[in-house]
Amino acid sequence: MKLREVKEILDAECLTDEACLDHEVEHAFGSDLMSDVLAFVDENTLLLTGLVNPQVIRTAEMMDIKQIVFVRGKRPADGTVRLAKANGIALLSTREILFTACGKLYEKGLRGVSIL
Amino acid sequence: MTEEVAASFDYQIEKDDFKIAGSASSHIKKILKQLGLPNPLIRRASIIAYELEINLVIHTLGGSMRLEVHPDRVVILTEDIGPGIEDVDQAMTEGYSTANDTAREMGFGAGMGLPNIRRCSDEFSIRSTLGEGTWIRSEIHVG
Ligand SMILES: Nc1ncnc2c1ncn2[C@@H]1O[C@H](COP(=O)(O)OP(=O)(O)OP(=O)(O)O)[C@@H](O)[C@H]1O
Ligand SMILES: [Mg+2]
Repeated sequence: MKLREVKEILDAECLTDEACLDHEVEHAFGSDLMSDVLAFVDENTLLLTGLVNPQVIRTAEMMDIKQIVFVRGKRPADGTVRLAKANGIALLSTREILFTACGKLYEKGLRGVSIL
Repeated sequence: MTEEVAASFDYQIEKDDFKIAGSASSHIKKILKQLGLPNPLIRRASIIAYELEINLVIHTLGGSMRLEVHPDRVVILTEDIGPGIEDVDQAMTEGYSTANDTAREMGFGAGMGLPNIRRCSDEFSIRSTLGEGTWIRSEIHVG
């Protein structure tokens, strides 16, 4: 699924360069626990989270996560957005809660990271 | 007997410094990329470095991290100035965490870090003395 589609499905706002919307997303992971992200995530994963601190971007950088959706209308501070841009990470923000955002994407065919 | 270290880098990690936490690991990742090491190795080293760095920030009074790149292995070491770990086996157990509220608000404290570091390492050792500090060594084989 293209990030552009994710944006439309979640009626999300893009906080970084719109060119990122051509990113291809293979699967998704929704969590507010960064150590779980560090333990379970694959490349080309879309991360959905309610956390907006710089450690989310650092975690994404370490895991080669190139796109993050912030749920519940959260938006990171400018410095955090800059850190994402410097690392080529696309940021979206949706007003949906985590459960609903994940459900809507699943309904359209996007699947979770397989950890089994 | 001394053995040649192809390259080594040292980082000072401050307690509770959430603003820059992760920058040492970010630097380590960039170096390994520049050296042209394989992606799966870089990924494992990045996870190890970052989990170790965050642990220094949230659980210690401060410490240092060191990256050594040898022809046949990459080594990441941390050393801190306390408080040390009372029961290392318990600390290595998935789900065990003493992280405070601030660390939890940042997304840490799942008790997954040390087990994940061990899983990503080819060789792993940890030594700790209560009241003194903790010493951790993680090695990944190259090739
Ligand atoms: N360098 C250290 N000095 C003192 N205690 C430590 C150190 N590293 C880890 N610990 C202790 O071991 C516990 C487990 O560490 P681990 O990294 O597995 O989990 P965590 O940091 O609590 O949570 P997570 O890593 O999932 O965010 C910590 O909660 C802490 O009590
Ligand atoms: Mg940890």
